[in-house]
Amino acid sequence: MSDNNNHVEVKDVTFYRGKRKIYDGLNVAFPRGKITAIMGPSGTGKTTLLRMIGGQLKADSGEVLVDGSNVGTMSRGDLFELRKNKMGMLFQTSGLFTDLNVFDNVAFPLRTHTDLPDDMIRDLVLMKLEAVGLRGARDLFPAELSGGMVRRVALARSIAMDPELIMYDEPFTGLDPISMGMILRLIRGLNEALGLTSLLVSHDVEESCQIADYLCIVSGGKVIGFGTPDELRNGDNAEVRQFLNGDPDGPVPFHYPADDYRADLFAGEA
Amino acid sequence: MLKHVRSLGQVGVQSIQSIGRAGMLFTQSVTWGGPGSAGFLDLIRQIHSVGVRSLSIIIVAGFFVGMVLALQGYNILVKFGSVSALGTMVSLTLLRELGPVLAALLFAGRAGSALTAEIGLMKATEQLSAMEMMGVDPLKRVITPRLWAGVISVPILALLFSTVGIWGGAFVAVDMLGLYDGAYWSNMANTVEFYEDVVQGLIKAAVFGVVVTWIAVYQGYDAAPTSEGIGKATTQTVVISSLAILGLDFILTAVMLGGV
Repeated sequence: MSDNNNHVEVKDVTFYRGKRKIYDGLNVAFPRGKITAIMGPSGTGKTTLLRMIGGQLKADSGEVLVDGSNVGTMSRGDLFELRKNKMGMLFQTSGLFTDLNVFDNVAFPLRTHTDLPDDMIRDLVLMKLEAVGLRGARDLFPAELSGGMVRRVALARSIAMDPELIMYDEPFTGLDPISMGMILRLIRGLNEALGLTSLLVSHDVEESCQIADYLCIVSGGKVIGFGTPDELRNGDNAEVRQFLNGDPDGPVPFHYPADDYRADLFAGEA
Repeated sequence: MLKHVRSLGQVGVQSIQSIGRAGMLFTQSVTWGGPGSAGFLDLIRQIHSVGVRSLSIIIVAGFFVGMVLALQGYNILVKFGSVSALGTMVSLTLLRELGPVLAALLFAGRAGSALTAEIGLMKATEQLSAMEMMGVDPLKRVITPRLWAGVISVPILALLFSTVGIWGGAFVAVDMLGLYDGAYWSNMANTVEFYEDVVQGLIKAAVFGVVVTWIAVYQGYDAAPTSEGIGKATTQTVVISSLAILGLDFILTAVMLGGV
């Protein structure tokens, strides 16, 4: 068991995608019962980190501990047991089953993992759907839903088994302001009501700062800043401040390395 | 020059790796049970989708093949004055060869490609990943029932193909060409052996069923999760399984006839 208050601990993790090094000695711990937003420039491997915590990708070296047990060395059976009871994940593309309607999608984990009678499953599913405001859409198929509704159904499905840890991969992308506000309130509300540990991967600085207890800024294979939004905003790390403020110039260059602009333009005339 | 040798080696390594992955997929998904395993109902649903829905193409194709066989056979046999052997010829050709082979080829085109596209799309839309994260093993839940549905369906489809083909042959020979129907049916009844002809044809069909479905689910599961990748995987399913059926057919025939 984990001796401290951290739900997930990542220790000295190195990860390669092909020949490219994504993480190089990554160390980070995510506190229990809090919302932590993992942020950073595109392509730094934020989704990779979530997939390592979920055991879908294995670190090349180092340990990923969930509740004190190492996800990377767990047997297949134990890993599925852990995912079944303790983890939920909301995918970027939602991953709803297109051949099942909304009700059956949310009922899927309950029917698969429990022996509950049908009427109890019905009540549980309707409760989850009510929480995301889609009780009335139970008979629709995923293809008939809007992007925001799909995301909400997927959220209802990932909390169906009442996980202790829930991971959201880019939950805000492509949502209109109303759905976005709705999802934000849901994530916050779930966290407060159920005491979940929530990990959130996102690019949206404003939204993430609104609901996250902690921010974890990842860049260049390492964590460059971890703390509350206020601490980081007022901190002395220029790279973190640039990211949070969205400044085009700073330690992280906007331009991909290139020759002198003027020389490059004139070179075409020769 | 060295570059060509290297790329040849690369193709070799990639094919061996791919065979290895296909082998692992097969061993992990051939047995029932495991996290979130599929139930009997899933199997029935898959048999319906790959088997029952292939019925129309199998029955129509079988009828036409039988009719052509009878027409061609009649015109050859009439030269030797042995048209009474027509029933035997049609039934043996269908039961031993054309039934299993053509049913499997049609199955690969109709159901195999659909399986590949379905599984590939489930992968591309993260449905398989989502399943994994819900503690359900997609191999057990998605692949196992589809694999078994194919294995069960193909022999039945092959038998139906042959049966309908024999009727098609009778329709042409007896009703159109005026062959005495006793000659068609009783010569057939006298020469067709249950074990040597019917059962061996079914064994062939079962082997084709395993191979075609295995190729189809593997191609889908291993597809690159893009539209291009799924398109390529679907084509691969049809090409590879057609070649595998024809190649295996020769080997199985040689073994069963005890020749070569």
